[in-house]
Amino acid sequence: MAALYRFLKYAAILAWSAFVIAPFLWALTTSFKTSSGVVSGATYIPWLQYKPSLEGWGVLFRRAGKGIDIVDPYLSSLTVTVSASAISLVLGTLAAYGLSRFSFRMGPVKNADITFFFISQRIMPPIVLAIPFFLMLQALGLLDTRLGLILVYVALLLPIAVWVMVDFFNNIPVELDETAMLDGCGPIETFWRVILPNCKPGLVVAGLFCIIFGWNDFFFAFILTFTKTQLLPVAVVALNSSVTPWWSLSASALISVAPLVVLAFIVEKYLSQGNLAGAIK
Amino acid sequence: MFVSRQKFLFLLPGLLGLLAIILFPLLFTIRVSFSSWDVVVPGLDWIGGENYARVFADRRFWEAMGRLALMATGTVLIQYVLGFALALLVWRDVRCKRFFRVLFLVPMMTTPVIMSVIWRTIFHESLGPLNDFLGLLGFDPVPWLSIGGMAVASVMIVEVWQWTPFMFLLLLAGLLSLPEEPFQAAAVDGAGPVRTFFMVTFPLMAPISIGALIIRLIEASKIMETVYVLTSGGPGTATETASYYIYIRGLRDFQIGYAASMSVTYLVMMIVVLTIIAKLLTRVFILKDGA
Repeated sequence: MAALYRFLKYAAILAWSAFVIAPFLWALTTSFKTSSGVVSGATYIPWLQYKPSLEGWGVLFRRAGKGIDIVDPYLSSLTVTVSASAISLVLGTLAAYGLSRFSFRMGPVKNADITFFFISQRIMPPIVLAIPFFLMLQALGLLDTRLGLILVYVALLLPIAVWVMVDFFNNIPVELDETAMLDGCGPIETFWRVILPNCKPGLVVAGLFCIIFGWNDFFFAFILTFTKTQLLPVAVVALNSSVTPWWSLSASALISVAPLVVLAFIVEKYLSQGNLAGAIK
Repeated sequence: MFVSRQKFLFLLPGLLGLLAIILFPLLFTIRVSFSSWDVVVPGLDWIGGENYARVFADRRFWEAMGRLALMATGTVLIQYVLGFALALLVWRDVRCKRFFRVLFLVPMMTTPVIMSVIWRTIFHESLGPLNDFLGLLGFDPVPWLSIGGMAVASVMIVEVWQWTPFMFLLLLAGLLSLPEEPFQAAAVDGAGPVRTFFMVTFPLMAPISIGALIIRLIEASKIMETVYVLTSGGPGTATETASYYIYIRGLRDFQIGYAASMSVTYLVMMIVVLTIIAKLLTRVFILKDGA
């Protein structure tokens, strides 16, 4: 009975792992095909079933016109995601600390309402903000620029940073602050010298979430940029035309998603420690 | 709670920043929804509730809302069951559990539109691996993306692949934060794994379950990018969700005023429905607790 239970458990784990990995394996094998390898039907094993070629990968690194330039979108995506995440993390952490340690009152509005206001921004469907964002960036001369996208992404990511960090600070004992204050530290010094050094797990999780939702956003990049600035998701989806070159499409997809997958394995120990448990309630 | 004038230095940069970026777009959308702004006559005139009357009578909009409700609740429930099962599988003593925990998270790290592009090749009727695989099992090729019902199923499969990891992450975090004592007590009473799950684990996980379901419902109610890449809303309007229909009216047809009033309707409905669902879930889970 116990043996059967164990067998079923591992079978289920492996089955789901296969489902998770399958699209990546398919993309990997497709990325080495040429058109003859694609149109002959689904094949999987190079050399045996089709003749592998590096065409799909090579075409990504040629200058625009002679191929698909993936380097520029890569750098744009990197700049926008890292900047927006960093700004959100700084503003979000400060706001979260304020909300966790001080009481604010503006008429009937209290701390809980302010926290809810931050988090509730996630309910907003992107489409609702699309047209006004377009007009706003147009008025500021920021359409089709990285700076414009950074601005928009801060609004998207700040709520995530606040959500994770408020809960994190609530779980740090107030005694820690009090000790520092008894030693004569002001609030800012307390935060900087005592609290922040203890925040690494929270900051990693909040930062990772910001990066995930920043790097992976497509919609705003799609409607707010055209030719000068192009982010990765937009560049890859642009390849998804009626006559799709599956090989370069697969290759570009794999390099686009690789950094975050690697990042997930790097920060693994912070992710599965139950850091988020409180934030959900 | 501490008292200090410096407290505003913490809160205000973030709060004012968010207000500055969000407030104008939101107020603007509300204002535009009362205008006839379109591609022919752009401008902020005032036509009262005319757009809203049109939204009310627009069958395509309400069908898209219904479809969204179906797809969002459907995928989120599937994600909940699968995510809970996966979290239980790698919760305790399992070989390589740290590796599997991260592996299960991988899909949510990837860009939805980019993976949808890959999924589109997988679903391809004659050249894709899925039908090839089904063929080996003796099934006829399935037209995954070109028949209404199948296209909805395809979008849902991709959504489940993409976002079950998020549910898994939240529920695993919950499981890891549970106290040990109730489980020891159950073991002393001689309860088997099934009984322990229904009498101990599931009730203890109730608040986390509610939170996770609501977080995912909020995100799922915006489904549009997968639809855009996989089916463009088709065949016909078979996979068109509310966001996607508003996108077509607003950014393809440039009926800005009308799209704005649909946006406002959509947003208000979202807030109302999600609040009701949150209340209902709390009630259901707490009633179960009492029983």
